[in-house]
Amino acid sequence: MDNIISLANQTSILEISYLLASVLFILGLKKLSHPATARAGNLWAAAGMGSAILFTILFHEKDGKHIANVPLILIALAIGSFIGWYASKKVKMTAMPQMVSIFNGMGGACAALISLMEFPKMQNAMALAGDAHMLGGEGIAILLGLMIGGVSFAGSMIAFGKLDGRIGDFKHPILRIINLTFLVGLFVALVLILFMKPVEGNNLPIYLFALAALIYGVTFVMPIGGADMPVVISLLNSFTGVAAAMGGFLYGNQAMLTGGILVGSSGTILTILMCKAMNRSLLNVIIGAFGVAGAAGTEDGDKTVKEISLSDAAVLLSYSQKVFIVPGYGLAVAQAQHLCHELDNLLTSKGVEVKYAIHPVAGRMPGHMNVLLAEADVPYEKLVEMEDANNEMGNTDVVIVIGANDVVNPAAEDDPSSPIYGMPIIKALDAKNVIVMKRSMAAGYAAIPNNLFYHQKNRMLFGDAKATLQKLVAEIKSL
Amino acid sequence: MDEILKFFLEYKEMIFAIVLSIFLGIEVISHVPAVLHTPLMSGSNAIHGVVIIGAIIVMGHADTVIPQILGFIAVILGTLNVVGGFVVTDRMLEMFKKKKN
Repeated sequence: MDNIISLANQTSILEISYLLASVLFILGLKKLSHPATARAGNLWAAAGMGSAILFTILFHEKDGKHIANVPLILIALAIGSFIGWYASKKVKMTAMPQMVSIFNGMGGACAALISLMEFPKMQNAMALAGDAHMLGGEGIAILLGLMIGGVSFAGSMIAFGKLDGRIGDFKHPILRIINLTFLVGLFVALVLILFMKPVEGNNLPIYLFALAALIYGVTFVMPIGGADMPVVISLLNSFTGVAAAMGGFLYGNQAMLTGGILVGSSGTILTILMCKAMNRSLLNVIIGAFGVAGAAGTEDGDKTVKEISLSDAAVLLSYSQKVFIVPGYGLAVAQAQHLCHELDNLLTSKGVEVKYAIHPVAGRMPGHMNVLLAEADVPYEKLVEMEDANNEMGNTDVVIVIGANDVVNPAAEDDPSSPIYGMPIIKALDAKNVIVMKRSMAAGYAAIPNNLFYHQKNRMLFGDAKATLQKLVAEIKSL
Repeated sequence: MDEILKFFLEYKEMIFAIVLSIFLGIEVISHVPAVLHTPLMSGSNAIHGVVIIGAIIVMGHADTVIPQILGFIAVILGTLNVVGGFVVTDRMLEMFKKKKN
């Protein structure tokens, strides 16, 4: 290659490819924020990434040396591509948030590993040069990359475990003290290591530092409620962005730098937007007030719920003019989105106007429910966002709540002592009738009692969402 | 103080890039509809997979066995982040497209 393109020109081409990658990342993100162009945006960003990877392998050189171990690198790329591609193609749409969390953790681990390998090199070089300490841009970038990457990796794994139902919440006041100690401790350790005299082969401090970052990642996510995992994943996502940017700083690599920082800042904004959709502050999420105060909600005492029979529900729905379906995660878990669409088609064929009211945080992530319903071929126009749906509630005959709970809980509006007070909800009670499909009277994900169930307008249809919808569809067909 | 000023001068290009990218990131995202929060998070998740370049560099200059093993793992992890991230995002967005037709 050197005979065809001079070394200097190779470096220029490499830098141009990084500039191209940065531009494609920016345009990709921009396009990702509009529904019509989102898919193209994703591909643009992927193209930028591909070219940056290719030209790094071809043209990167350090101290006159090209990238070595190319066959091994190609094998690693192939293994990673295969697993990543296979896992993303196989994962169920309901498990999407977990998948994002895992991939995020992989990026964090990658950044941490890079730092773990670069630190000994730097220390040995500095020891050889007889430096008195390791303070400097290089040291800061390596240690921050290690710390943030490590926290992001461990945190993402815990977030994955929680979303997948493998790990429960562990709330204990002592965790707050432990967390704070660890956080302060990590920064103190970071400064101490920077001021250490470099000694060749003295790597124990950095290993301990990495271990502490991993432990902090676990204790940081452990007490946060499962319902808040999307926010946590979004936050850890921006962390990994910053960790990647630290690598960019270390190597003077503009693609890593701009890509990482872009994700870091846009991820932070996205996290804040998500918190706003739930009417909570980021701090509130991190400290984890949810659930702790949950028990303080209104007690249900001797209130009774009314049930509705399948045939009554079928008649009520068939003779309505307008029906709103409020889907929740329960619908997704039961894999009932296709049946839901079948019910919708059936009612539509009988002249009933059917729409879906989508709460911004329905599902496990904002926008998750839209993705799930889209998977079941529900037309885009039928998905109504919360505010518009609330405006139409007054002239709606029936609202069917399927597997949703907190997003229709009136406590958010009228009970200041409720932990979700202030969160915007879908005002199901503005409609003439409400049917709640639910497995049991168990509280929702946020573990808060729901007075909607006891309201005189509401009737319960107990059972698994899928089985109940199946029976309901059969019942309507037989009318 | 001297040290800080020297630090700034030494890394001025990168500090400029960092500060401008922060504003850019905020600007690009701020008007996104809630529907797209999940795909956007997933897409930006794939973009920070750019850390793979660092893994390739570190692997490409590793000359003993242990760094080579670590580098090998780092490249796999980075690739998982990139490929998995983009494919998952594409799968999500594919559905948005389907319902438009």
